[in-house]
Amino acid sequence: MAQRLLNHRAFGLLVIALIIAVAPLFFPSTFYYRMGTAIFIAALAAVGLNVLMGLAGQVSLGHAGFYGIGAYAVAVGPATFDIAPWAAIFIGIALAAAVAYLVGRPILKLRGHYLAVATLGFGILVSMVLTNEGTWTGGPDGMGVKRLVLFGYVLKDRAAWYWASAAVLLVGAVVAVNLIESPTGRALRALHDSEVAAAVNGIDVARYKLVAFVISACYASLAGSLAALSDAFITPASAGFLKSIELVTMVVLGGMGSVIGSIIGAAFLESLPQLLARMQEIEHVLLGLIIMLVMIFMRDGLFPTLARRFRRAAP
Amino acid sequence: MLAREEASGPAWLSVEGLASHYGRIQALRDVALTIAKGEIVSLVGANGAGKTTLLRTISGVQPASAGRIVFEGEDITTLAATARVSRGIAQVPEGRQIFGPLSVADNLRMGAYLRKDGEIAVDMDRIYALFPILAGFRARPGGSLSGGQQQMLALGRALMSRPRLLLLDEPSMGLAPVIVDQIFAAIVRLKSEGMTIFLVEQNAFAALSIADRGYALETGSVILSGNARDLLADEKVKEAYLGI
Repeated sequence: MAQRLLNHRAFGLLVIALIIAVAPLFFPSTFYYRMGTAIFIAALAAVGLNVLMGLAGQVSLGHAGFYGIGAYAVAVGPATFDIAPWAAIFIGIALAAAVAYLVGRPILKLRGHYLAVATLGFGILVSMVLTNEGTWTGGPDGMGVKRLVLFGYVLKDRAAWYWASAAVLLVGAVVAVNLIESPTGRALRALHDSEVAAAVNGIDVARYKLVAFVISACYASLAGSLAALSDAFITPASAGFLKSIELVTMVVLGGMGSVIGSIIGAAFLESLPQLLARMQEIEHVLLGLIIMLVMIFMRDGLFPTLARRFRRAAP
Repeated sequence: MLAREEASGPAWLSVEGLASHYGRIQALRDVALTIAKGEIVSLVGANGAGKTTLLRTISGVQPASAGRIVFEGEDITTLAATARVSRGIAQVPEGRQIFGPLSVADNLRMGAYLRKDGEIAVDMDRIYALFPILAGFRARPGGSLSGGQQQMLALGRALMSRPRLLLLDEPSMGLAPVIVDQIFAAIVRLKSEGMTIFLVEQNAFAALSIADRGYALETGSVILSGNARDLLADEKVKEAYLGI
């Protein structure tokens, strides 16, 4: 019984929803609402990247570029073009999808390390443009972001953002889970395993890689928009190389191919620095060490490894 | 039973003047061959002769740099691999290439990827009837099967597209002789049901024994062709491929 429940992905998401709902009862200060929001937003981007990495088996070291597109869409759109922030979110997603389509077509022909370097170049390109384009973006100093207004309600306080970002994450996770179980998801898993076998079974490999790339870019853009709106401030660093690496680390650490794993990976990577903050000088050393240890002893990632142990313990 | 019955004339494939390159290295030069409907045609040759390249060029995974491939009267030389699958060409790739994490049933479903009809479940049962051992492993990940079972699954997966031409790349590779016999028996059974089969093999004796006609490939060119029985008796073939 316990095994069947554990196998069901919807069950895992239900548990996560429950944790999200109950957690605020134990928050000693509003700071934790803010941390929760940061975790949910990062998790949303990681869930999207997992579609590309975990499902289709393609790497992207430039996904913060799409995150940056979403973030600057809600910053520049309302400030320069007087677009409503909620509309700017969708413009950002459309823009990220279009860029992913145009960039993805040529570079997804590359494989492995070559694809990694090409996506890396794309990410750096976006952050360079955002840094150097001074008139709209405020350059390296960043810029303020107008508040999101939904149905006349200004989304401002930390608790409101906690609930809003949690809701978006859960919807995004449900969509991703359904995608994995769909024919498209099966095609992506197939080409991940063997491109030749996928092609001779009638799967248009190039097209499906592109589909995965565009989907993951949409997730990243939405996450970027939410991050900019909840912080009300944005700098080009959010589109930088380190952000891209963080996203990849979340997916790999949490467990490739697992939606819940991506969420756990994001929660782990976002909250660990806070837990280690007391140790000041050795904080970063410890963070790196913990990540290394997890990868050495839990090679499949946090969630798949722990789920397997739990399954063995509860027959 | 698994072959698709079509009214539109005999299924046949003809390859003319085919060449293919990997970068600057030429893997196939001026290859010509024909396959008639209902035939088993075997292609034998040593490692690196270009056998796999020829199959990949016919299935569309590898581009042709010269020549023509005509299937059922249609020039398919520049068609994408996907389009060739929907024309009725299915390939069992070298090394089986099972989708490891997907279940046996899902692997079979992938074979029917382009089909829209409602008979997919029926065809899956036919595959389980052809290879009863697979029926017991429906929910198991394909990657957990033995090599022979994976080869059966790869064959079953290819059949799920309801092909008219089946391309088999080294189905005996790495398998125990008793399993090879089972696979070849299945191939013969498919032929008796009307399937057209192009079989590429290093195991020349086994491949020519069940074939109607055969070709021998060496460094990218066809050096011998003819009736399979004649080839088996040919002194050159015996020396070069049969080790007699």
